[in-house]
Amino acid sequence: MMKQNIEPQLMKNGGTVDLSLVESLNYDEFSRCLLAEVERGGRVAALFGVPGVGKKDDLELFAIIARDRHATIAVYRTEVGTSFPSLATSCPQIQLFEREIAEQYGVTPTDHPWLKPVRFHRVWQGETDVWGRPLDRHPLPGDMEFYRVDGEGVHEVAVGPVHAGIIEPGHFRFQCYGEKVMHLEISLGYQHRGIEPMLLHGPHPSTMAQMETIAGDTTIGHGLAYCQLIEALSGCEVPARAQAIRAMGLELERLANHVGDIGALAGDVGFLPTASFCGRLRGDYLNLSAALCGSRFGRGLVRPGGVLFDLDPTLENAVQTRIDEIEGNTLGALDLFFDAPSVLSRLEGSGHVSRSVAEDLGLLGVAAKACGVPRDSRFFHPTGIYRKVFDELITEETGDVWARAHVRYREVIASINLLRQIGKNLPAGPVKVPVGPLKANALAVSLVEGWRGEVAHIGITDADGQLRRYKIVDPSFHNWSGLAMALRDEQISDFPLNNKSFSLSYCGFDL
Amino acid sequence: MLDIISERIRQGFRTGKFPKEEPKLAPRFRGMPEFSSECPQGCQACEQLCPFDACMIRNGKMAIDLGRCLFCADCQACPEHRINFSNEYRLAVRNRQELLYSGGEYPLAKPLEPARLKLLGRSLKLRQISAAGCNACEADCNVLGTLVFDLGRFGIQFVASPRHADGILVTGPVSENMRSAVLDTYEAVPGPKVVIVVGACAINGGPFIHSSETTKGLDSLLPVDLYIPGCTPQPYTILDGLLRLIGRREQRG
Repeated sequence: MMKQNIEPQLMKNGGTVDLSLVESLNYDEFSRCLLAEVERGGRVAALFGVPGVGKKDDLELFAIIARDRHATIAVYRTEVGTSFPSLATSCPQIQLFEREIAEQYGVTPTDHPWLKPVRFHRVWQGETDVWGRPLDRHPLPGDMEFYRVDGEGVHEVAVGPVHAGIIEPGHFRFQCYGEKVMHLEISLGYQHRGIEPMLLHGPHPSTMAQMETIAGDTTIGHGLAYCQLIEALSGCEVPARAQAIRAMGLELERLANHVGDIGALAGDVGFLPTASFCGRLRGDYLNLSAALCGSRFGRGLVRPGGVLFDLDPTLENAVQTRIDEIEGNTLGALDLFFDAPSVLSRLEGSGHVSRSVAEDLGLLGVAAKACGVPRDSRFFHPTGIYRKVFDELITEETGDVWARAHVRYREVIASINLLRQIGKNLPAGPVKVPVGPLKANALAVSLVEGWRGEVAHIGITDADGQLRRYKIVDPSFHNWSGLAMALRDEQISDFPLNNKSFSLSYCGFDL
Repeated sequence: MLDIISERIRQGFRTGKFPKEEPKLAPRFRGMPEFSSECPQGCQACEQLCPFDACMIRNGKMAIDLGRCLFCADCQACPEHRINFSNEYRLAVRNRQELLYSGGEYPLAKPLEPARLKLLGRSLKLRQISAAGCNACEADCNVLGTLVFDLGRFGIQFVASPRHADGILVTGPVSENMRSAVLDTYEAVPGPKVVIVVGACAINGGPFIHSSETTKGLDSLLPVDLYIPGCTPQPYTILDGLLRLIGRREQRG
């Protein structure tokens, strides 16, 4: 019998719920609730398996739904046996989550439209490999059925894992008719380091360094998401000054990457002035991060309970002066780019993704904003100082390479202003407080708007207050499908331009 | 066109004077470790406390394996906080065991032996392979191509194909899923070739030293000519190492 109204446990970003209060639904109710949430504008921030306590083969599924308009997060829970009916056809944004569950726990989502491995690793528990691969050997990356188009004049182009530049590895398969791409299939997993299983029974002394290297270009984003989660589970209040310094770190990370990406786009369309200016300016922002904490990538800045490095008045002034100095050069380099007709003709209309596709696939961050889909957890689920200082939700409407570049341009200006605003009103006080033990049997959710988009971390503790499951979702996990859609009917020679306009993480996806 | 020229003038000339002048690094940059005092007799706490197995006691003294050290800002290894990180960025060596440092003289990388130096010393083309790197080491290799460092002026260049390369430069802990791609790429480079590893991951697994999905360092698979430690190595650490390998920097200095 189905209950008509199921009230899920609701929480805020950076909050926790008592696990015993999260009702376990039967799978029909669970799927009905999940689809209804998405129908009402909710997003599936994460869907993941959690092995049962005691009975070894039981698997629970948890769905974390972000209700952006209400600034709340809903949690649903169900139990599954060796298989469960896939929801991917009616809710495409969960297709990868279901494949991930299949690969990790050997449980089959039946009637999944495209059940393929995600990261090519051995099953984490049990004796079943959904694809029937031998259990005594490590799976081979890319060993799967690729989508294939046959016919006269149709050809296939395979690229990677090793690419023709200093770039992470991944495999791309294009089905082309002449120059035109009919279909692009992206197969990753080459960067898999097995991060999630290493976190079991943690946090461990090694955990923080692993969090900072989930995606090294998002050190602050992932590091902060982890710290917020630990602080939620331990009930720790982070001092205001630390919150402000964290936001400075996060915005500097955004600036470095956005400026670098626009420079790389300029390189891809052969507009060399901006390419070379931005290459250097990116370094200027990285060096500001180094001024804060000694590391250009922000390693060591954020720690549970606050930050490791304070700003003395001299450094504070030096940082603000430096920002004033490089602001002019940054805007000069970017304006040149966006004013050049030869550049605009290459960016406009290329790699179009529609708003409805962006919503269906659950795209996040820059990729979603470029399609007119407002996604920014600093705005919808603010924590720390963003509750006070952030009010600028940036979107573009055209969904093409230009829109993805222009969202970055506007975010660069917004981040510089934010840095100035935060610097002017830096609260006094300590920058770090001690962190106590973690609550037992609790679930915590932490969302941080990294420069690519929303970084989601979810932690579940056991009866001893140790991590029983830790789930990491980099925005790239959602956004790679967006790149595949952007390439449809494009020229294959425009792949580098489109790839750079998304600028996604391979290791953040592969974990 | 005039806009471009005037912007070009405004942006100024930015190529650094390295190696004629030493780089100005952030005062908080963490480079070569220093030991503030002798270890107490019999203390071996650091062997257990470093989560990445970088510390060990050798002849009653603490030794740090710079190949494993992540230069953590909150180094947990010594309960007495005897380890400080200096601003010294020159860290590259030619042999794995030289990375074990317990103070005193540090054997900075010597140039390639004459046969390879003659061939590669004035033109070194490298194929970079990211093998489960987190994109930080990759980014700081990439940055060497920008006008600040201008790697090309030293005759060093990252190239697209291993067939055009004189060697490989590997970052990342070499995941199981990248192992065969790394070996294939190495095979595709014509000899004589060089192998360079950048970052703690590629040297010995880095933060993922205990993962079952990674190889513990590239030198378990291939002979390595140059080790550049750090997490992430400063770009000048990488550049200094590359220049030493091709004999473009004097031994000390």
